[in-house]
Amino acid sequence: MKVLVCISHVPDTTSKINFTSDNKEFDKNGVQFVINPYDEFGLTRAIWLKEKQGATVTAINVGKAETEPTLRKALAIGADDAIRIDADATDGFYVAQQIAAVAKENNYDLIIAGRESIDYNGGQVAGMLAALLNQPFVNACVGLEVEGSNATLMREIDGGKETLTASLPLVIGGQKGLVEEKDLRIPNMRGIMSARTKPLAVKPATDGASRVQVGSFEKPAPKSAVTMVEADNMDELVKLLHEEAKVI
Amino acid sequence: MSVLVYLENWEGKFKKNTFEAAQYAAKTAEMMGTSVIGVTFGTISDDAAELGKYGVSKVLNLSGDDYNSFDNYKIAAALKEVAAAQNCDTLIVSGTFNGKAVAPLYSVMAEAGMITNVTELPSSVAPLTVKRSVFSSKGFVNYSTEASSKVIVFIPNAVGVVAGSGSAEMTESNVSLGDLPQTNVTNVDRVQGKIPLPEAERVISGGRGLKGPENWSMVEELAELMNAGTACSKPVADMGWRPHNEHVGQTGIAINPELYVAIGISGAIQHLAGVSNSKTIVVINSDAEAPFFKAADYGIVGDAFEVVPKFIEALKKFKA
Ligand SMILES: Cc1cc2nc3c(=O)[nH]c(=O)nc-3n(C[C@H](O)[C@H](O)[C@H](O)COP(=O)(O)OP(=O)(O)OC[C@H]3O[C@@H](n4cnc5c(N)ncnc54)[C@H](O)[C@@H]3O)c2cc1C
Repeated sequence: MKVLVCISHVPDTTSKINFTSDNKEFDKNGVQFVINPYDEFGLTRAIWLKEKQGATVTAINVGKAETEPTLRKALAIGADDAIRIDADATDGFYVAQQIAAVAKENNYDLIIAGRESIDYNGGQVAGMLAALLNQPFVNACVGLEVEGSNATLMREIDGGKETLTASLPLVIGGQKGLVEEKDLRIPNMRGIMSARTKPLAVKPATDGASRVQVGSFEKPAPKSAVTMVEADNMDELVKLLHEEAKVI
Repeated sequence: MSVLVYLENWEGKFKKNTFEAAQYAAKTAEMMGTSVIGVTFGTISDDAAELGKYGVSKVLNLSGDDYNSFDNYKIAAALKEVAAAQNCDTLIVSGTFNGKAVAPLYSVMAEAGMITNVTELPSSVAPLTVKRSVFSSKGFVNYSTEASSKVIVFIPNAVGVVAGSGSAEMTESNVSLGDLPQTNVTNVDRVQGKIPLPEAERVISGGRGLKGPENWSMVEELAELMNAGTACSKPVADMGWRPHNEHVGQTGIAINPELYVAIGISGAIQHLAGVSNSKTIVVINSDAEAPFFKAADYGIVGDAFEVVPKFIEALKKFKA
């Protein structure tokens, strides 16, 4: 079984988000980058498939050289090899086209992407990739078992969960539930050492279109000052919620 | 060219999400100087005429075996066929779990420019320009698309609904789907009697400060009194005190309710990222220095085990 895991390189969740002075771009200055949390659950699930079912795991990222430490971390966690497509990840459709081109050459049985990446929150790559490859798609996937060429999956729905079956090859948009928080792995010394020598192929980008244009960024409007209410005066809180905030 | 809207139903019933999508589409169509057509799938038990109150007077219903359970490819392909047959170049989708599964498939099939995580109505229609949230609401940006076909996915509760007058007529319709990749639903497990988070207008949320799962009855009582959904911080879900689908924040569900009440939650940056879009935030925390107070509209410094029962009492008095 060949598994491809899509890895997005995103600002650490504790990052303060700033934009360049012309508001045209995200300001990367002083920002730590990590594996997108949604992708980390998928990567760990893929490593389990490797350990328990003999899968091979390839990690892929569309990005410039600066994203390589993130791919090396995926290798240190346990991916067998990695591919970096040397291009700026301008938008979801562009990224999906780049990954689809690699997938068409390599016939993966399973492609695991994240439900969304925590930078642009697009939630587009997994589904677009599935459609470009004409393969079944399960989004917000919280459970995955593979037996031979059949998969049983679970996905989150509004107010519940749905169980599905599909045959491989297939694409999922994953999240927590594929594995739990406690199952995530921190790379150990041996992993980090071996990651240095694992293959990381750099491929040129193929032609790809982008169908959206990005305008200027802005920060959320500052919050007005908090109104404190005495702990023994909940009637006052109810009154404020009713009369001032008008939410009850 | 008209605007098409995916009108989701849940076991035949429409919800606020559906009406919000209808209204978003109707207003967009109005800006474009064109008409709007709604599509809904499966057997409908609600009165489709209701949709007219939100500006959609023409609704097509596609039913039959293909639509008895949710299949993202079938819905995406059907929407594409309907869009072509009805001369629609813009599709509006609410960002529910199903909507988010369908939209990217549709965008590839229809070669549509896709803009997701949208927080407002379009600011312009030539080219189509909308504001969207990025970095888990730590920023916003305008996206536009000049593609001839477009799909917009807005965040549930982002624009809200106001019922007007008007009525809709629903007619049966059919399209041929061709060969599509398949998934088969074998079981649907819906939590009964709870308001799903993405659509909840009010949300009561508990954190590690509540000490243990046995203390959630007061959260649930408060939620019931306010007709609210229940949520929790990430560690609470990770420890198994509450189910994962209640985890809100940057790595959980991002919510947009009218009211968010945070009890015993410190207000870590990752938590705030998913809830800061709430219109009114109430924070109950025993630590006056808790960072959450900086993001709150109303704050109460106190022990949740004393404050919440008093809050419940005051609400009961108010409702009586
Ligand atoms: C990659 C990553 C992603 C993350 N994503 C998320 C996310 O999506 N959502 C999320 O929530 N977190 C997320 N976190 C975790 C986040 O950093 C915090 O650890 C978490 O939000 C803290 O949860 P808490 O507020 O419930 O607990 P704590 O931080 O322990 O806070 C408990 C609060 O309860 C108060 N308290 C204690 N006793 C009482 C009492 N009797 N009455 C009233 N108040 C009391 C305390 O003063 C304290 O402020 C993420 C972390 C990482 C590293």
